[in-house]
Amino acid sequence: MTARDLTTSHPPSRRRAPLTRALKRGSGMASDGHICERRRAAERRLRVISGHLHQRAQDGHAAVSAQECKAEASRANPAKAAPVPKRRHDIMKWNGWGYSDSRFLFNKKGQAEFTGKRYRLSGLILPSLKDWFEGTFGANLQHKSPATPALNVSAVPPPNLNESFVEELKAAGVALSQEPEDRVFRSHGHCLHEIFALREGRISRVPDLVVWPSCHNDVVKIVELACKHNVCLIPYGGGTSVSSALECPPEETRSIVSLDTSQMNRILWIDEKNLTAHVEAGIIGQDLERQLNESGYCTGHEPDSMEFSSLGGWVATRASGMKKNIYGNIEDLVVHIKMVTPRGVIEKSCQGPRMSTGPDIHHFIMGSEGTLGVVTEVTMKIRPVPEYQKYGSIVFPNFQQGVACLREVAKQRCAPASIRLMDNEQFQFGHALKPQVSSIFTSFLDGLKKFYITKFKGFDPHHLCVATLLFEGDREKVLQHEKQVYDIAAKFGGLAAGEDNGQRGYMLTFVIAYLRDLGMDYYVIGESFETSVPWDRVLDLCRNVKERIVRECKERGVQFPPLSTCRVTQTYDAGACVYFYFAFNYRGLSDPIHVYENVEHAAREEILANGGSLSHHHGVGKLRKEWMKEAVSTVGLGMLKSVKEYVDPSNIFGNRNLL
Amino acid sequence: MVSLLQGKHMLRAELESFFDILEERRQSSDISHALRTFSAQPYHEATPPSVKALNRMVLESQFLRYVIAEVAAESGEPPECVKEEAAGILDKMAQNLQLSFIRLLGFSLSKIFKRLFRSIWVNEDGLARLQQAIQEHPVILMPNHRSYIDFLVLSYIMFTYDLSIPVIAAGIPLMGMSLIGEIFRRSGAFFIRRSIGSDKLYWAVLSEYVRTIVRTGFAPVEFYVEGLRSRTLKSLTPKLGKLTMVLEPFFKGEVYDVLLVPVSISYDRVLEETLLAHELLGVPKPKETTTGLLKARKVLEDDYGCMHVCFGKPVSARALAQGRVNRGQFNLVPRGLPLNASAELQEFVNGVAHLLVRLQEKNMVLSPWSLMTFTLLQSPQGVDWDQLTHKTLWLRTLALRFGAHLNWPAQLADSEVMSDSLALHHSIACREKGRVQLVEEVGPGPVTQEEAVFRKASAVLMCASYRNQALHVFTRPALVALAMTTAASPRKEDVFRRFCFLQELFANELIFIPGHAVQDFEEGCDGLQQCGALTITDQTLRVTEEEQDAIIFLTAILQPFIETYEVVCRILCEERFQTFSEKSFLSSVRDAVIKLLISGEQDPHCQLQMWLQVNVYLLVTQMLLCVGCFFISSWK
Repeated sequence: MTARDLTTSHPPSRRRAPLTRALKRGSGMASDGHICERRRAAERRLRVISGHLHQRAQDGHAAVSAQECKAEASRANPAKAAPVPKRRHDIMKWNGWGYSDSRFLFNKKGQAEFTGKRYRLSGLILPSLKDWFEGTFGANLQHKSPATPALNVSAVPPPNLNESFVEELKAAGVALSQEPEDRVFRSHGHCLHEIFALREGRISRVPDLVVWPSCHNDVVKIVELACKHNVCLIPYGGGTSVSSALECPPEETRSIVSLDTSQMNRILWIDEKNLTAHVEAGIIGQDLERQLNESGYCTGHEPDSMEFSSLGGWVATRASGMKKNIYGNIEDLVVHIKMVTPRGVIEKSCQGPRMSTGPDIHHFIMGSEGTLGVVTEVTMKIRPVPEYQKYGSIVFPNFQQGVACLREVAKQRCAPASIRLMDNEQFQFGHALKPQVSSIFTSFLDGLKKFYITKFKGFDPHHLCVATLLFEGDREKVLQHEKQVYDIAAKFGGLAAGEDNGQRGYMLTFVIAYLRDLGMDYYVIGESFETSVPWDRVLDLCRNVKERIVRECKERGVQFPPLSTCRVTQTYDAGACVYFYFAFNYRGLSDPIHVYENVEHAAREEILANGGSLSHHHGVGKLRKEWMKEAVSTVGLGMLKSVKEYVDPSNIFGNRNLL
Repeated sequence: MVSLLQGKHMLRAELESFFDILEERRQSSDISHALRTFSAQPYHEATPPSVKALNRMVLESQFLRYVIAEVAAESGEPPECVKEEAAGILDKMAQNLQLSFIRLLGFSLSKIFKRLFRSIWVNEDGLARLQQAIQEHPVILMPNHRSYIDFLVLSYIMFTYDLSIPVIAAGIPLMGMSLIGEIFRRSGAFFIRRSIGSDKLYWAVLSEYVRTIVRTGFAPVEFYVEGLRSRTLKSLTPKLGKLTMVLEPFFKGEVYDVLLVPVSISYDRVLEETLLAHELLGVPKPKETTTGLLKARKVLEDDYGCMHVCFGKPVSARALAQGRVNRGQFNLVPRGLPLNASAELQEFVNGVAHLLVRLQEKNMVLSPWSLMTFTLLQSPQGVDWDQLTHKTLWLRTLALRFGAHLNWPAQLADSEVMSDSLALHHSIACREKGRVQLVEEVGPGPVTQEEAVFRKASAVLMCASYRNQALHVFTRPALVALAMTTAASPRKEDVFRRFCFLQELFANELIFIPGHAVQDFEEGCDGLQQCGALTITDQTLRVTEEEQDAIIFLTAILQPFIETYEVVCRILCEERFQTFSEKSFLSSVRDAVIKLLISGEQDPHCQLQMWLQVNVYLLVTQMLLCVGCFFISSWK
């Protein structure tokens, strides 16, 4: 499992369809001529932009997109690009992570391989994964725990429909569905317990209806009708939530409608003068990035879940991207937000880069987790696609030294686009995911490297840890920057360990989530969670939380020591973001999910006791609600509640997250 | 509130098997024992930092820099001077653990212990648990303190079993002993001033030093939670300073856990017994000097029987703090700044300290002599051997029922065990013509009445001290018994109310975990029920006729406390003390008591036993006086 930060999902991109689609939709909504006009304007503008770009490329001027800066998926097969379909389960797993065609499995020879064609790892054999898997978890390929192969439609409770609401929606021309598959798909995020239940074929409360608005006005209409008929709305973006945010509250008696934003996925305009783009909030990360790339731009916002998560989801959870050191987190990227609430539409009147107009209303919206309304359109900062990208990695003799180095890098404010530090367990895990080497020469080189580091430099293979780096910018500056960082690293005993290791590290973030499904096939369950913490507490927090996990597992009868590992994924001036992975073999446990939840709960308590935050970017959802009061104080919670009270007095947005 | 003792299992008494570590010493060479390969497994494979590095860590800590700046600002001295002063304090304090000195000590202690003791019994399971604990978390050894040699014995055992040699908090007088002090320092002792008072800098250096050792975890830290050597062999009210220091790294998340290991050391015969009695009688303690030690070498010529060292189960600070301490309270201030312990935290530490004392008591191994002293003290005119045997055996049964551990050799006849014990304590009591009597100190020439009292007192006090060693076994049932005789009604709630009152009254004498009155009461009732002295029906407590002896005996145990308190209160009333200092008050009390004794108004033995052993002064200063007065008036 990995950073699946947000809330929205979609398959790879599409061609340059937005303009034509925009036009079609515009004409379909004759009711709003103003919007049509704006779309036409946008179309004109985009044509100009593309022409401009074209020209530049022909002139042989500065290469606009020498390197792409996004998920592997897009790179692997740009031709496949297509928007997220309404029937997501056609291309995505209904009970696991990601695309149906991509999964890990142990083949007949007992070797691990990754299927499909989407990723760099696709179709490759991973010779050492089996040993690592069996050794780490005490798992055995003979002991399988397969998932229910297909959704048992009859197990899905019949929809509790609000007939008049449905009638009026249909009259308004909004796409909707009450098919069990559609409803089940939108009944969950990717928490362990959610996926585990699906694999076992257990279906609890699911939305009664799925609606697909295709533009802001559709959403306005839907929210109006929901208020009128007292229907519960749950916005659904990419579906990658890991905070139980998408779970339907079991106590909800009204009809629950899942509002799927995936069809609101157009870039409405790009403003090259101010370097902003106005985008519909349902667009998923990889589509946004690819389409901007086509115009020579990027947002640079790359959460680990960007293949599937949506812009609206990022806003709703206060997402953080891998390259925030250059581009900033979502709160730094957003210039303007439009959100539809039961009270009406909230937005600012201008796009000034900073305002002193009382508390920033964007901050009521960002992190509201779908409790106040639906984000429909966002204006975001964009940047020209960087000229040059370079990966890197550094080996440290131990985790302490690594953290000290990251701290120094943060102090000197010279962090590369991304800098991450894995602990030893994760380093070994990464090693297990090395694909088969084709040439003897490569394996010889690997052996030599290993010898140099462990024997010559005296690094203990059971203590060393690795930082992965990503530099971006113009070539010269990147190289300069790289030198600066490596010089700092050297002071902490760090050795440069090559681009390959770095690149593989980042690639793994996109496939690692698939790995959990493999584990679940063999009695291994796991999850990740994150926090942010002041620098001086990073080491103590990492040690204590990892230890707590191990001990809690033991106390609760887990037969084998769990995998309990962490990495520092972001650096800030005053602290860092720490990510934990935790997985164990649950053979012999009657209620593994209960055990898992208890351990995760204990781990969160430990985080809080050690000065860590409740969440850095996953959000609170329902999973971490119980700690909200402690986290923001009673008054703070009261403030949030009063906002909710005003904006949504009848709790139309009734997912019951956060508060 | 969650109970500190997560259920009764923590106190459940299981007698573990002990084995004699001296036996091997008697059979093989001490030299090769001292020089053998020593391979301790430290916590998380931590390598001990050099003394220099450790001291530098302390001096350069954020905490010390902060305090130094503060002290400099307050005193107007330049910070460099204050820092130098701090470095000086640290130099004077710091240990300098060196294996070679441990070996030297190991060798000489082998020799000495073999002379002094017949055997040193250690519980094997405890050692195994300790070894495990040391590897997992920083360990704090918390022995009870009955003799100067306590810490030597511990270090010796740790050395013998390849356990990391502890770093020991010792009193500064020990350092003053030329040569010996340095040997101790190199054997891991660090030295603390007796009265730190408000010396902020000293306090800061000490606490940071202790915390640094816990944080790095290279060696267990050892200190006496009672703060000082118990002159009465009775547990003392625990001190909280050092315990707070060692727990702080846990509270602040700098270590995952801190394991507190209660160590119960019980002596058949305490080396300093005469010294103890004299100190209690007001003879000043001789200064600890090397020459003094040499003079005391005649101690070596005597037989001190066996000693037992019982390493209790490690108590996890984390488990204790679960649900009681909000560790998040330190989130908002840099952890290097001084800790302002919240009331909640202080209460917690206090509870833990008391719990540790309780656990120490629970694991004490009682000698037959301790039991015999009860009867001896209750019969001031001496007692027939047969009667003594009879009563002691009866007491043995009672003690076992109350969960005490006894060192009563099964292979010997009971009478043999007892006469052996008596022989061991020939300086206190002797058997003549079938009667056992306390020995009076011999001295030159005619004596004043006062001196006569003193001479007699010495034996009585020694006797009482040994009795005190076993006191904890009986306190709870005894308090219930006493509460029953004076409660308004035999109804459980009334008895309990009286029980609580008595507990509060004797809070300075007998150690109870704060807030555990209900458990203590239940334990007392259980004990009485088990020995058949008590039945509870319909929430009413009744004494069984046949077992009234037990009740009478138990009430008699507490009698001296009550009478002493009474006398002191009376003196206070009579003398109309307006203002008084500790010293003048104590001496006038002593004079008054002697007057009373001489006039024969009070049963001298009974009075003597507890005289001055009670912390009257504390009682007064803690404003319990009025309670006491009220108590006396209601008692009579």
